[in-house]
Amino acid sequence: MSEDGLLEILLGGQDPAVSAGWEEHPPRVGFFTDTSLCIGCKACEVACKEWNGVPEDGLSWSGRSHDNSGGLGADTWRHVAFVEQRVPLDSGQTNFKRPGAGGEEGFRWLMASDVCKHCTHAACLDVCPTGAIFRTEFGTVVVQADVCNGCGYCVPACPYGVLDKREEDGRIFKCTLCYDRLEVGQEPACAKACPTESIQFGELEELRERAAGRVEQLRDGGIVEARLYGHDPADGVGGDGAFFLLLDEPEVYGLPPDPIVTTRDLPAMYGRVAIAAGAMLAGAAACFAGSRR
Amino acid sequence: MSDAEVTRDGLTGVRPGREAQMRAGDGRRRRDAPRADHPGDSYYGRPIINPPVWAERDIAGYLFAGGLAGSSSILAAGAELTGRRRLARRSKLAAAAALAASLAALVHDLGRPERFLNMLRVFKPTSPMNMGSWLLSVYGPVMGAAAASDLLGVAPRAGRAATVGAGVLGAGVSTYTAALIADTAVPAWHGGHRELPFLFAGSAAAAGSGFALIAAPRAESGPARRMALLGATGELLASQLLERRLGVVAETLREGSAGTRLRAAKALTGAGLIGAATLAGRSRSAAVASGACLLAGSALTRFGLFAAGMASARDPRYTVQPQRERIAARDS
Repeated sequence: MSEDGLLEILLGGQDPAVSAGWEEHPPRVGFFTDTSLCIGCKACEVACKEWNGVPEDGLSWSGRSHDNSGGLGADTWRHVAFVEQRVPLDSGQTNFKRPGAGGEEGFRWLMASDVCKHCTHAACLDVCPTGAIFRTEFGTVVVQADVCNGCGYCVPACPYGVLDKREEDGRIFKCTLCYDRLEVGQEPACAKACPTESIQFGELEELRERAAGRVEQLRDGGIVEARLYGHDPADGVGGDGAFFLLLDEPEVYGLPPDPIVTTRDLPAMYGRVAIAAGAMLAGAAACFAGSRR
Repeated sequence: MSDAEVTRDGLTGVRPGREAQMRAGDGRRRRDAPRADHPGDSYYGRPIINPPVWAERDIAGYLFAGGLAGSSSILAAGAELTGRRRLARRSKLAAAAALAASLAALVHDLGRPERFLNMLRVFKPTSPMNMGSWLLSVYGPVMGAAAASDLLGVAPRAGRAATVGAGVLGAGVSTYTAALIADTAVPAWHGGHRELPFLFAGSAAAAGSGFALIAAPRAESGPARRMALLGATGELLASQLLERRLGVVAETLREGSAGTRLRAAKALTGAGLIGAATLAGRSRSAAVASGACLLAGSALTRFGLFAAGMASARDPRYTVQPQRERIAARDS
């Protein structure tokens, strides 16, 4: 079997719900987070906490612009990033002139609401040893709290740094894309609360089309650095169920520029483990050979 | 405030919502690249991936103890088949003790230890941890039966079969942990997924034979001395290959506590290697000293690699830079 064929079996195809065994299922849904519309109000963070009963995650300022929650984790399922950048005045994106700055210097904020990407090929789901993490009929990825034993394997497996352990609880938590709301035909709480439609919920196919149009519109308007992130089914995770429109490089927002699903290399790893184990046995046989007492 | 009004002809003056433009002007002016107030290659230096939540003592300790158990079982099988009764028995006891410590560490590290049996509610080849749980749940009883049969002197034939079985399974126990840690987004671990299985095999062999040098009489420890040479050489060679493979991430093998541990590990493994090759065959105390060096070297290798992985996860540079290099290689 070719390595591609093996990978296809290991990772599954492009329709994650089908790969997970759902025979009949609704269309795959997700988020398109258009950061050019984000005003940094954090309504998404608050709505998520309220709906999902997520504990408090830091009521003090981090000292990093208006960011108080830092990054995604067990108690932060939506995280609004605030990036402060100096730009030339009248460059089209100047939020305002910096106090005390010289003549031509302006200033802009990049604000972006980060969330679990609900990957097509989800490393967290692949490595979970208990089956606590599963693929829903909507193509999203959810941790079952009543099964998770807190082994923590999914935490470093995620290439985006989404999952984390709630220390006082011992288990792992992350965004469920409001599985309970989806099941009764409601949109996720963060998208519902977003006042600027920066967070757009819908069928993934439709969102991808809309995003392609939006990035073109922005570029036509002179915002040449507008780009989509996580929209491409050919990327290292098979495309994200939650993807973004960004105005700078991904790493500026704390996102990896070229994430891959770690299990892509698992066949190679198992192969090497088998060779190494075989070498141990062969080496041991050689050490004992011809020395029977 | 909105300027929208409802008229007979529908809404007027509505704001553009999700089609909002970002600039008032309509020119296609390009602007200079923004200068960041913070380093442009990360979000305020915060890690991109979430670092492992594993406790070092539990998980690095398990990497070492699992390797010691597995390779001791291999030695026990060889000794059993070649009539080295004392080497066989002591290696079996070492394997049993190391496995007991391993299981205690693994369960202790769980966020919900009472749910440890959930590991066996599915059979899931995409999860090395799940595969490892199944492997340990077969290896444990087989190895335990081999040790019990030897100690109690019952069912010698079954005991012999169990000893050989535990030896074969022990090779898997010694090496699967390399896939376990490499199957993550941790740059130093995933980046080394080709070399780590051989490094772990060598390190495990060095540990098991190191213990045998300490515990077995010189008359029976010839194979253990040879295995020490093979294992220590393999460990040192694979370390070199790993360092070369990792590129910029190899800094995490050289710096900080990982660097200190890995340098000490190399020195100790090298000393144990030389000792096993020269004096250990002639002097009991040299054998004990060599064995202790090999055991300590193996343990420090595992704790050093654990620390290097943590350091590589905490610094966003080690996530971003290799990915940037990958993009550049693809685009060129």
